[in-house]
Amino acid sequence: MPLTPKDVRAIAELARIGISDAEARTIQGELNNIFEMIGRMQKVDTEGVAPMTHAQGVALRLREDKVTEGDQRERFQAIAPQVEQGLYLVPKVIE
Amino acid sequence: MLNASLKELAAGLAQRKFSSVELTKLFLGRIKALNGKLNAFITVDEERSVGQARAADALIAKRQAQALTGIPVAHKDIFVARDWLTTCGSKILSNFVSPYDAHLIERFNTAGAVLLGKTNMDEFAMGSSSESSFYGPVRNPWNRDCVPGGSSGGSAAAIAARMAPAATGTDTGGSIRQPAALSGVCGLKPTYGLVSRYGMVAFASSLDQAGPFAKSAEDLALLLDVIAGFDPRDSTSIERAKEDYIRELDKPLSGLRVGVPKEHFGEGLAPDVGAAVEAALAQLEKLGAKRVPIELPNSSLSVPAYYVIAPAEASSNLSRFDGARYGYRAKDYTDLADMYRKTRAEGFGKEVRRRILIGTYVLSHGYYDAYYLKAQKIRRLIANDFTEAFKRCDVVIGPTSPTVAFKIGAKTADPVQMYLNDIYTIPANLAGLPAASIPCGFGAGGLPVGLHLVGNYFAEARLLNVAHQYQKATDWHRREPAGLQ
Repeated sequence: MPLTPKDVRAIAELARIGISDAEARTIQGELNNIFEMIGRMQKVDTEGVAPMTHAQGVALRLREDKVTEGDQRERFQAIAPQVEQGLYLVPKVIE
Repeated sequence: MLNASLKELAAGLAQRKFSSVELTKLFLGRIKALNGKLNAFITVDEERSVGQARAADALIAKRQAQALTGIPVAHKDIFVARDWLTTCGSKILSNFVSPYDAHLIERFNTAGAVLLGKTNMDEFAMGSSSESSFYGPVRNPWNRDCVPGGSSGGSAAAIAARMAPAATGTDTGGSIRQPAALSGVCGLKPTYGLVSRYGMVAFASSLDQAGPFAKSAEDLALLLDVIAGFDPRDSTSIERAKEDYIRELDKPLSGLRVGVPKEHFGEGLAPDVGAAVEAALAQLEKLGAKRVPIELPNSSLSVPAYYVIAPAEASSNLSRFDGARYGYRAKDYTDLADMYRKTRAEGFGKEVRRRILIGTYVLSHGYYDAYYLKAQKIRRLIANDFTEAFKRCDVVIGPTSPTVAFKIGAKTADPVQMYLNDIYTIPANLAGLPAASIPCGFGAGGLPVGLHLVGNYFAEARLLNVAHQYQKATDWHRREPAGLQ
C-alpha cells in the first residue's frame, strides 16, 4: 500500500524531524519508489530461515558491572550547546 | 616520494634519507595545492600534524620506530580524534570537536603514525558519490566533473591524487570498495568485527566496518596489521589471535580457485567494465589460478534487504543527534519537541533524513516482521550462498561497480538509481565477509575500473596475497591521474 503525505508526516513525527507539507509530498514519491524496490523481498519464501544478526553468530558480550571510566564531565560538557552547574540545559519539559 | 610505497617510506625514514616532518610537509603542501580543486579534505591542521611528525622523528632517532612510525595517514571524518573537528560530513556535527579518540585513531597513534587530516565523505556515510556532504562534493582526480564514489570519497580521492600515502574509510554497503574502484586506488573492507567500531560514528551497526585505502595490496596489508584486533569497547569486536597479514603476500597463485559469479556479469554491467574484469581474470589464470563458475542466486535481493536493514539501524543510531548534549542546535524553538524537530530538520541533509524516515517506518508498530525480520532472513540466504560458493572456490572475483565514475549530479535526483551502484558490494556486507577492490584497467573516458575480490571469513591474508600477485604482474595500480597541477 503506497504511503500518503499524511503517512509521511506521521513517520517524520515519530523520527522527530520537522517537515513541511511540500516536503512531505516530494518525500512521499521518493519513499514509494524505494519501497517498491524493497518490496521485491516479499516474494521470496523465507519459511524456516533463521534471521541473521551477526556474521559469526556471536552474541553480544556482557561486561562486568564495574566502573571503567573516570569522571570527564567538564571535558564532555565543554562541547554542549548549553550547560549550567554541570547540567545540560533544554527547554522546560514539566510545567 | 609521492609515489613511494609505505615500505619504501618507512625505509627512507629509518635510513634518515628524509624526516617525518619533511614527509608530512610534502603531503600537506600537496593538499594545499590540490584541495581547492578536489575538496577531499574537510579539516587539515598543519601545526598539529607537524607536531606529531616531530614526535615520530624522535622515536626514529631512538630506534624505537614501528612499521608506520612517521608515516602520514588521512582519516575519514567519521573517526573521532581527540581535539579534532569530527563532522561526519554533516551540519549537525559541524561544531563537534571530539573529546576522545576512536580505537582506530589510538592504534595509529600508538604506531607513531601522523594524522594528516580528516577526509570528506557522504553525510553520515550514506551515499555512493560523496556528493551529500555538508562541505560540498568531492571531485574525482581522474576527471573533476565526475564523482570519486562514496561514501569514503575523500579518502579515495586523496590517495589517487597523492595527497596522502595512506588513508582510512568505512564500508557499510561498499563505501570503501566502490570509491576505491571509481578513483583507481586499493581499498579493503575486513571481516565484520575485525576492526573495532569504537569512536567510529555509527551508521548501521550490524554492517559497519573500518578499513584502509592505499596504492597497493602490500600497503593495505601493513595498514590492516595496525588496525585489526580485539577491543572490548565494541560489543561486536571479535576475540581472536593477532594475525600477520603480510605473511602470505608472496605465495604463488598456482592452484588458486577463483569463483566467478554469473549474477555479477549480467544485465546492468557496463561493457567497458566487463571487459577490464575479464582481462583481469585471464591474467589471474596466467598466474596459475583456475576459474570456477559459481552462483550467488540471492544476489539480486541484497539491495532491497540492505535498504531495510541499514536505514532501520541508522534511524536508531541517529536518534542521539538531538541538539541536547553536543553538535548543532536550532536557534529558535518553542519547547523540547520543537527543539528536536527543528534541530534534526536543519542539521541533517536530504539523504540522511530520507533514510531515517525509511528506517523509522520499517521499525514502526506492525511493520517489523514484514521488513526488518524479513530482511534479516534474506540476509541469511545471501550469506548461505557464499558458504556454498566457498566450498568450491578460494576467492570470489567480479566487478566492484557496474560502471566507471559518473558525472556529478547525474544520479542525485533518483535515489534508487544511486542505491543500485552498490549491487556488487552489498552482499559482502550482509554476509560479513572481507572484500577488496583494486584497479584493473580503464573504461569509458579513461576512468578507472575496479576488480572486486571477496574472501571467506578472516581470509584477509589470502585476499591480499591474490591482489599482491596480480599487482606484481600488472601496473594498473601504479597509474596516476594526469593534469592535476
